[in-house]
Order: sequence, then structure tokens, then C-alpha cells
Amino acid sequence: MAEINGLGKSMKRKEDARFIQGKGNYIEDIVLPGMIWLDIVRSPYAHARIVNIDTSKAAKIPGVLGFITGKDLEKYNLHWMPTLMSDRQMVLPTDTVKYQAQEVVGVLATDRYAAADGVAAVEIDYEPLPVVVDPFKALQPGAPKVREDKDSNHIWHWEAGDREATDRAIRQAATVVKQRIYIPRIHVASIETCGCVANWDPINKHLTMYMTTQAPHAIRTVIALVAGHVGLSEENIRVISPDIGGGFGGKVPVYPGYVIAIAASVLLGKPVKWIEDRSENLQADSFARDYHMDCELAADGEGRITALRIKTIADHGYTDAAANPSKYPAGLFSICTGSYDYRTAFTEVDAAYTNKPPGGIAYRCSFRVTEAVHAIERMVDILAHERGEDPADFRLKNFIKKEQFPYKSPLGWEFDSGDYHAALQKAMDMIGYRELRKEQAEKRARGELMGIGISSFTEVVGAGPSHQFDILGIKMFDSAEVRIHPTGKAIARFGTKSQGQGHETTYAQILAQELGIPAEHIKVEEGDTDTAPYGLGTYASRSTPTAGAAAAVAARRIREKARKIAAHLLESAEEDLVWEVDRFYVKGSPSRFKTIQDIALAAYTNPPPGVEAGLEATFYYDPPNMTFPFGSYICVVDIDRGTGQVHVRRFVAVDDCGTRINPMIVEGQIHGGLTMGFAPAFMEQIQYDENGNIYGGNFMDYLLPTAVETPRWETGKTVTPSPHHPIGAKGVGESATVGAPAAFVNAVVDALWHLGVRHIDIPITPDKVWQVLKAHGAAAEE
Amino acid sequence: MSTHKITVTVNGQLRQAEVPARLLLVHFIRETLGLTGTHIGCDTTSCGACTVLLNGRAVKSCTVLAVQANGSEITTVEGLAQNGKLHPIQEGFHMEHGLQCGFCTPGMMLSAIALLKQNPYPTEDDIRWGLSGNLCRCTGYVNIVRAVQYAAEKLRIEN
Ligand code: FES
Ligand code: FES
Repeated sequence: MAEINGLGKSMKRKEDARFIQGKGNYIEDIVLPGMIWLDIVRSPYAHARIVNIDTSKAAKIPGVLGFITGKDLEKYNLHWMPTLMSDRQMVLPTDTVKYQAQEVVGVLATDRYAAADGVAAVEIDYEPLPVVVDPFKALQPGAPKVREDKDSNHIWHWEAGDREATDRAIRQAATVVKQRIYIPRIHVASIETCGCVANWDPINKHLTMYMTTQAPHAIRTVIALVAGHVGLSEENIRVISPDIGGGFGGKVPVYPGYVIAIAASVLLGKPVKWIEDRSENLQADSFARDYHMDCELAADGEGRITALRIKTIADHGYTDAAANPSKYPAGLFSICTGSYDYRTAFTEVDAAYTNKPPGGIAYRCSFRVTEAVHAIERMVDILAHERGEDPADFRLKNFIKKEQFPYKSPLGWEFDSGDYHAALQKAMDMIGYRELRKEQAEKRARGELMGIGISSFTEVVGAGPSHQFDILGIKMFDSAEVRIHPTGKAIARFGTKSQGQGHETTYAQILAQELGIPAEHIKVEEGDTDTAPYGLGTYASRSTPTAGAAAAVAARRIREKARKIAAHLLESAEEDLVWEVDRFYVKGSPSRFKTIQDIALAAYTNPPPGVEAGLEATFYYDPPNMTFPFGSYICVVDIDRGTGQVHVRRFVAVDDCGTRINPMIVEGQIHGGLTMGFAPAFMEQIQYDENGNIYGGNFMDYLLPTAVETPRWETGKTVTPSPHHPIGAKGVGESATVGAPAAFVNAVVDALWHLGVRHIDIPITPDKVWQVLKAHGAAAEE
Repeated sequence: MSTHKITVTVNGQLRQAEVPARLLLVHFIRETLGLTGTHIGCDTTSCGACTVLLNGRAVKSCTVLAVQANGSEITTVEGLAQNGKLHPIQEGFHMEHGLQCGFCTPGMMLSAIALLKQNPYPTEDDIRWGLSGNLCRCTGYVNIVRAVQYAAEKLRIEN
């Protein structure tokens, strides 16, 4: 009998077999008969009027079949599409381009080489227009206007908290620290880029859309809403999200390429494939972050935090194409009050249009939680240093205490559970915090630069409860459909979509725990809208909090029916039966039992009179609250005074994500998340010059960490289950990316504080550090 | 566009084709031969997702022309398991959870095989440097290093 492999088992992954043998089925692997290729001509200018498009030379290239322009799409009213944030986005431009690398013409050809030749031969005349790339300048009167269809470059204002009370508390505080913190544009850069194969069947008016999407059902509905008027009807749209080579938020939005491919397939009646190059992916797909935050944190005479105020300018590029829940234009930024106990806070965000690609999606984080955590964790460190207090002791003094949960935060969240003291204490013990402080003092006396940085973060994930959370009006529940077969094996389908998180294994383990069927005998499927129940997909660490919960509840419903069947088989009253692991037995006589396999067979061969045959359940889980994973990270760095190079000597991450379904997979998520916290802290940034030319538009200029730069992660855990989640799990995919950057910056600034350094914006490159050292007279002499 | 006749041995099988001069080896492998386990992750020879063995050496097949491979022996991920038995590096990636989305995995495994051939007793640093031409966005490399250590151990026992 196979092992059940329920909760807490580090079962090896079920999905590995195909990936390690080259049998994954990623978007680029999909080949359909008669398929043609789409490639895209992109704008060299950040803002320009299109004067003329000449495709005559390109049309003569062997293999080139045709072109699609904005004017072609305009005939069908498909040249613009709505974004998820009540804004709109061009599919292809009819008049002006708004950012460098914007899609201008689709070229269709028999193969990828001919399509690329066609792209190179299309001739376009542009008349350059004034460019604005700085959101502060964009918001000034008289700035070049990014959007003709809008009154100004100001997109929206959002605020939370009590402005007056916060102003007052800050005025009355004993200590106030202020800091402008910038979190630059970065890009998720999953190793697989985006792409699709659109296949329109003109006879049956049916579209099959294979695409790299983290949210296949939402996409189906969006396609139906956007293209319903040209005959795409939701029952005839099937979205298939095959194996996904990493998502991290970048595969949530609808990019123009997808829509052009659909339009081309409908026009030609043939399957059309579009696969982005890496450069296109970095230059035109949604970006993350780009928040300029003015932060103030106040404390009383004893060093107790009293108030927080943050004013942010958000650079959204030329359209607000973020993928936030509708009511949250600034995402869940109001988690910015952090892990600390104080009552007063105010935060406001103003969003601006600039001549850059649309931004505001996540980079492995739940809707702006990284920005929020970075702000509070930097400010707490600055405040501790300013007061001359040890940053660990300062946190321990100010943390919300475990008996205060559920804790109502000043900006309106109800933190479900936590033990912040335990997590930080554990991290301090693991790394030997007090000894490190001694070592640091000795080194400093010798003129060596060593720093220790802490980040004690609280995340908010698992969107979300239907009264607060929707996307385009669709509530953010998620779903599970579980069917038990006569032989006691099962299939389960979900509205989420794994991009490497291992759902095929972890969902099976949840069901194994609840039903006693070995996880290896439970097949998990996602990503086909024709078969899976509706759900909003996988991002923002929501799969375990929503679909994982749905799995547990569906399984419990199945168990209730199983109890009826068992009672019939055992000729016993239902209430006399006791469930244990994989069976019901009669109270007091454990040898009289029926296993789940016996019961499954009976469900089809011998159901009790009056009971419907079969054994299955579908459940749509509407979470009662968000979940609030937390953790404490400690980082030790040594800085080379000659080169400005920061060496991360150690990094200890203690995470608390509640119940751990598969500890091996949880650890893997944390390793990956930490690396995506390290990357923006030290390496990654997308910049633009004043004309809107991108710096960082390919992997030569946009640096991802390799195995060499990446620190050797050390992990630890505490376990504080979520009280409202059916199995107590909170979600873990993004915690480390959210929590880590502040630990790195805090460590670097900690090493330099005595020199007068108060802050360094990420990425902390050697060049930047060396400039700082030089400015403070601390760079090593030749 | 001129075309050329090439003959290569791919995973032990002789393959012949008439190919355009500019066809990249990675496209030849993926599209002409239909071996889609070799992936493409960039356009600047940076990511290593396309790594295959060319006459036993790890190369980025996006940066080799198919015609340059004429007469050579190529191993792709599809050629690693023998008679249904996984190669130790495949076993290592599975046992040590060295993969998540799996997109970088074929390239990682082939780079690791080339590394272990040169250096059967690699230190952790040797492994990290040996794989520094391959990017992984998911795993943070910790378990990839362990997977290679697992394979090194297993190969030493086998040999
Ligand atoms: S595809 Fe990136 S190195 Fe070859
Ligand atoms: S496993 Fe996803 S890129 Fe390495």
C-alpha cells in the first residue's frame, strides 16, 4: 500500500518526471498543423506620432504572409483594450506610440525567420513628440501630456488612515525620522518568456487559446468581454495554460501580443503562434515597483513607535495596467504599518503617467506588499539607529505581542495570527546575533566595515474575501473539484495554475490528509478552462489560502457522504462512526471498519438506498479573511572599502507560513524567494534616459543572479497556524522576496552608519557603495 | 538563402537534414528534430536554457549554427535516461528538489554533466562556478547544488 503522504511530508514532486526528461509541455513546444508565426515591429521612440507605415518591401520577403496594424484593428474596434484597473491600453496604435518598444505592426509569416525578416523590412516614419519619464516632472503643470484622452498625467489619488491624527502624533513625537526611499522598476524575467498559440476554428466559431497565463479563467472572461462584439462567445473560448516556465506576476496581464495573435487567427482562420524574445519581454511587458516613498516614523521618549506617514508617487507608465483587485489601486500597500504595535498611521499614493511601458504588476509579491515592507523595515532600522538602540531590541520592544492577535492594524487589516518575538529570537539564535555585534565592534575599531541587518516582515496574502476583493467584479474566491473513482483513486481540478510551485504535489497532499487516499493516487489538473472549475488563478500567494482551502473543504464534504455509505455498509448509525486516517470504524470496535477505498467502490456499486451514486464534490472557497505570513531575516555583510563590493557572509531566514504542507517545497519556495529578494537589492534595475531609451532591456544589461552571486541561504521556521484557514496554512511563495531586500539594505547601512550614512536606495551596486564611501571619506586609499 | 546538408548524431541516432545556413542549432533541435526539451530563454547567450552537449562539451545551442554542428555528436535532455533508467543527474534533481518550473532544468543538467566529467570531485564553489552560465529564476540554486552533489556521489560509485 502506498504511503498516504499527507500534511508535513516532504514527498518528492509528482510533476518532476516530465520536466527532468525533457517532456514538459511549455507554450513554445505547442505546434499545430498549418500554424503561422507572428512577430512584432516595435517603436524605437518613447513618444512619437506615426506618420506612415510602409510594408511594401516587407511584403516581398519569401514567407511573409501579411500584416496587422492599429488601423486594421480599429475596423473591429479592437485597437484598444481595457486594463484591469479601469484604464485602457493600446493593442496596436493608430496615431501615437507611448513608450519605446511599444507594439506597432504585427507581421505574419510561415516561420520565425521569415517573420523576423519581415519585421526588419517594415518601414515606419515617426514624428518624435516630447517625452516625460520622471513621474515628479510628469505631475508638474505644463509637463508634456502622455495621454490625449486624459486631462492630465495624474491617474489617481488613494489614501488610508487618519491624516489629522497622524500629523498631530508626528508633531508631538520625541523622535521623528524621515527618509525618501525609491524602489526602482524591475522585471520578473521568468526564464520562459510570454507567448501563445491562438487557434480560431471558423466553422464552429471556437477559439482555443494556449497561453502563458497564471489566470486562465479570468483571461477567458476578459476575451469574451473584449471581443464579444466580434463573435467570441465565452462558451466557445477555451483557454489552456500549459506548463509555465515561471510566472511571478508577469504572466497575469493581457499583453498586446496575445490579442494580435487572436485577431490574426480569426482573420486568417489559421493557428497563430507568438513567442516573445527576451528583449521584448524585458522592454515591453509589465514592470514592477517604481515607487518613490517619502516616509516618516515617530517614537515617544521611551522609543515606542507612535505614528507612521508615507506619501508615495507611483510611476505607472503610459497606462494603469496593474493587476490589482478593483478596489485597491495601490494594491495592499496599507500593510505598511508592519509588525509593530501603534495606533496612528496615514498613507497616500498618487499615480502618474509617464512614457514608459505599463507598470504596477507584482514581482513575486502580493500587490505592493514589498514596497510597504521595505518602507517600514527601513524606517524602523533608521529610527533604532537614530535613537542609539540595537535594531533587534528595538523591534522586540515594539512588536505586536502574540496575545494581541487577532490584531486590528491602524490601516484596517485584521492580522490573523503571529508570534513575532519567537521568529526574531529564533533568527538571532541561529545566526549568533549578540556575538556578531561584538565582532562588529572589534572590526569597526580596526576600520573594517561589517553590518548586520534585520527585517521582521508581515505580509498580507490570499486575496481574498468577496466583500472586499474582486477583479472586474468577479469575486476572488477559488475552487476545487474532487472526484473519487471506483477503485479509490481520485482526480482533482482547480481554478489556480502552478508555474513551478508544485501544486500537483501539494494539493494532492491536502486531499490525501483529508481523505486517506495516497497522494500519488490523486491526479491534480489545472489550466484548462473547459475542465477546471472557475477560479482567479495563481498569484499573490493565493493558491494555498484559497484553492488549498477549497480542496480541504471539498474533501470534507466527500467524507460526509462517505460516512453515509460507510454506515450503510457497516449497518451502523452514522453518528457511531469515527474517522481515522483513511477509514470509518464503529466507535468502540476498531476492527469493524470500511476504508475510503471500500467506500469509493460502494459509491458506484452499492450506494445506500436514497443516496445519489458517485463520490465527488466541488467547492468555491470564499476566505473569511486574508492570511498574514511573517518572518524575521538577519543578514551579515562585509564591505570592501577598496571596491565597494558587498559580500553577503550569512543570511538566516526564519519564516512562519502557518502549517507547512510539504516542507521540502516550502523551503524551495523560500530559497527562490530570497534570491528574488537579493536580485533587486543588489543587481536588478530598469532605467530610462531622458528620451525614454531603456537601459536594461536584455540579459546583458539586466543582471539576474547566477549561482555564484547568490548567497548560501540558511532557513528556519516557526509555525503559527492561521486560525481561519481549514488546514492552518498561510501561503509562502512570496514571503522571502518581500522580506529580504530590507534586510540587505539594513545590513549595508548598519555597516556604514557610523560614517554618517543614513540610506542607500536599491540596487546597492559596488559603484554606488564606493561613491558613498568616497563621499564620507571612507574609501580605501590606493 | 543557401541551404546545406548536415549529418549529426543526436542522442545516439543519426539524423540528416537540409538546413538554411542561418538556422540556429537550438531551432534545428527543437523544430527540425522536434526535441522540445531544449529551451530558449534569451537572445544574448546569457541564460543557458538551451545548453546541450556537443561532442561532450556543454554549449549554448542558441549560439551555434546548425551547420557548425555537422558531423558532431549531440546529447540533449531526451538522451539522458537509458533504457528507462534515469541518469544520476536527473535522479539528483528529483531527489534534491533541484527544479521548480523546470524550464532551466535541461540546460542545468547538461552543464552539470559536462562539469562532472571534468571534475568528478567538485566543491560547492566549483559547482556554483561551473553552473554560472545557467540562470534559474525559481530555486535560488541551493537545491541545484545539492542535486549536482548527489549526482557526483552516484557517478563516483558507478564508475
Ligand atoms: S537561449 Fe539563453 S543562452 Fe541560449
Ligand atoms: S526551475 Fe524555474 S527557472 Fe529554474
